[in-house]
Amino acid sequence: MTRGRALAGVLLLVLLLQPLIPLGGYRQYVLHVAIQIFIWSFIGSAWSLMGRFQLVSLGHGAFLGVGAYATVLLWNLYGVTPWLGAVAGMILAGLLAVVVGLPCFRFRVVGHYFGLVTLAVGEVIRLLIVAERDWTAGSLGLTLRSAGGDSLWALQYGSKQVFYYGSLALLLVGLWIWHRVDRSMARAALESIGEDETAAASVGIHVTRFKLGITVLSAALTALGGSLYAQAIAYVNPETLSGIGVSLKIVFAVVLGGMYTLLGPLVGTALTTALAEFLRILFGLKLLGMADTIYGLLLIIFIIFLPDGIYGSARAALDRRATRRAEGASITAKASV
Amino acid sequence: MIDPIFLVEAAVNGVLLGGVIALLALGLNLIFGVLDIVWIAYADLVMLCMYAIYFLVAVHGWPIWAAGLASLAVGALLGVAVHLLIISPILTSPPINQLLATGGLLFFVQSAATLFWTTDHRSVRLSLPSWEIGGIFIPATRLIPFGISILAVIGLYLFLTRTYIGTAIRAVSQDREAMSLMGASPQRIYVVTSAVGGLMAGLAGALLIFQYAVHPFFGGQFGPLTFMVCVLGGLGNMVGAFVASFIMSEVIAVGGVVMSTEMGYVIAFVIFIVMMFVRPGGILARRQ
Repeated sequence: MTRGRALAGVLLLVLLLQPLIPLGGYRQYVLHVAIQIFIWSFIGSAWSLMGRFQLVSLGHGAFLGVGAYATVLLWNLYGVTPWLGAVAGMILAGLLAVVVGLPCFRFRVVGHYFGLVTLAVGEVIRLLIVAERDWTAGSLGLTLRSAGGDSLWALQYGSKQVFYYGSLALLLVGLWIWHRVDRSMARAALESIGEDETAAASVGIHVTRFKLGITVLSAALTALGGSLYAQAIAYVNPETLSGIGVSLKIVFAVVLGGMYTLLGPLVGTALTTALAEFLRILFGLKLLGMADTIYGLLLIIFIIFLPDGIYGSARAALDRRATRRAEGASITAKASV
Repeated sequence: MIDPIFLVEAAVNGVLLGGVIALLALGLNLIFGVLDIVWIAYADLVMLCMYAIYFLVAVHGWPIWAAGLASLAVGALLGVAVHLLIISPILTSPPINQLLATGGLLFFVQSAATLFWTTDHRSVRLSLPSWEIGGIFIPATRLIPFGISILAVIGLYLFLTRTYIGTAIRAVSQDREAMSLMGASPQRIYVVTSAVGGLMAGLAGALLIFQYAVHPFFGGQFGPLTFMVCVLGGLGNMVGAFVASFIMSEVIAVGGVVMSTEMGYVIAFVIFIVMMFVRPGGILARRQ
């Protein structure tokens, strides 16, 4: 797919040269939306690392919340730099993934049941954040303590440009990790596990180890996304960072884009974010809920009619056309001989 | 130290709440047993039924019992509509897509309710007496729903075991393929099951409006709890779900008094997670 690669290169170049694009007074707003898209796409990619292997977690909000709150609390209470806070959040999320994942995989909790267990985990984290209101500020949410100006140590910047490039870089790293997993032996192993665990185990694949590995990776990356989100927004709230709502939104964006493809999560997140922003501007505060109503309706329609997602279906259609053209070419070639 | 009388009162409240949760769990479990699909938006259908009652009673001045009956009809219609519009086209899709489609419905219903009726909390004001028994207050707004839901559970049991269509529903939930081989139409059974499931949601809505104000996010309060009760009892296992709903509501009610409301839920969810590992088939399942 050289043409696709060229297109991706041009898009990346445009994104990198963003300061040169004349945006006038809208620059701050466009940057804000772009940061949202980059971070949530990264999180969506992290989710789809598991989701594409039939490990559908409905509780990724738990890891997101752990990452974001670990970073913010360590900075606010102890003055620990977010660089370390993010690492601490990733480790905690990884541990949580082991605590939940190990028994799940040992006792063969799969399909619906895995989804519901993870859903419960997401709720537990949200409720714990709300219950421990003495130091997490509960449902009110927590504002990042100001470092008094731009600081690399505190990872706080007045300008959105820094976070724009930071989150873009993180997204590229996320896509690279996705690609590496896609090209690895683990992918073959995990796909066979997703199709039939018993058969996979019978040919010598260590089922629990592979599943746990991908879960820990996915959880740690999700936590990293949460940390960066907290720094970029400078505010955390249990409702927007953990619990069922956000967990489902991550899943939906990915499913909408297509969870079996590299760029599916990015396309899905970009579309849902752009749609939400567009509807918000269109209706403003007049018709509260209109944006989400249309969003929910589109989701249902997409899952019924385009179960592979927008990008996934488009890719499949392009591939089919390419094959047909190649076949046609070979037939004409034969005919001319 | 907490006065024991508060604990007893919490325990009594737990039992009373358990009755209504049992109703929700049985409705969801019935659908799961037959269709093998978890309706994530089930509790949000209850929310819609509660709005129906609110508008009939507070705006149109219907008597509460008539509004309750209307809510049953609304629930049944919603159940059939969800089945025909959403579930039916994706019956053969992967289970995850089915789960997500009903999740999309959850977003749609919640936001549509926000759009039409704003986020105001609305309640039907009923003045009913409270009884005091040995220092414990038992309000009628909790006792009446409990009584009605127990009657409804018995009614559902009789429907499933004593009627022709009920037997057919149980047969489909045991073996879908075999039923089609016997010449039964699964599609008809599915529609009836979804209608009965919706009816239970309508009844639950009618009983919950006694105690709670309705708002667009009401479903979030009971939704997760309902799936967990179903899974804890064993998906498709009616008796298990009935027992599990009382266990969960006791934990939430007593935990809420001893610690805090959130911690009550946390403990209930942790029990659920641990039970999934210890007894994945549900609390009443035999160990393999």
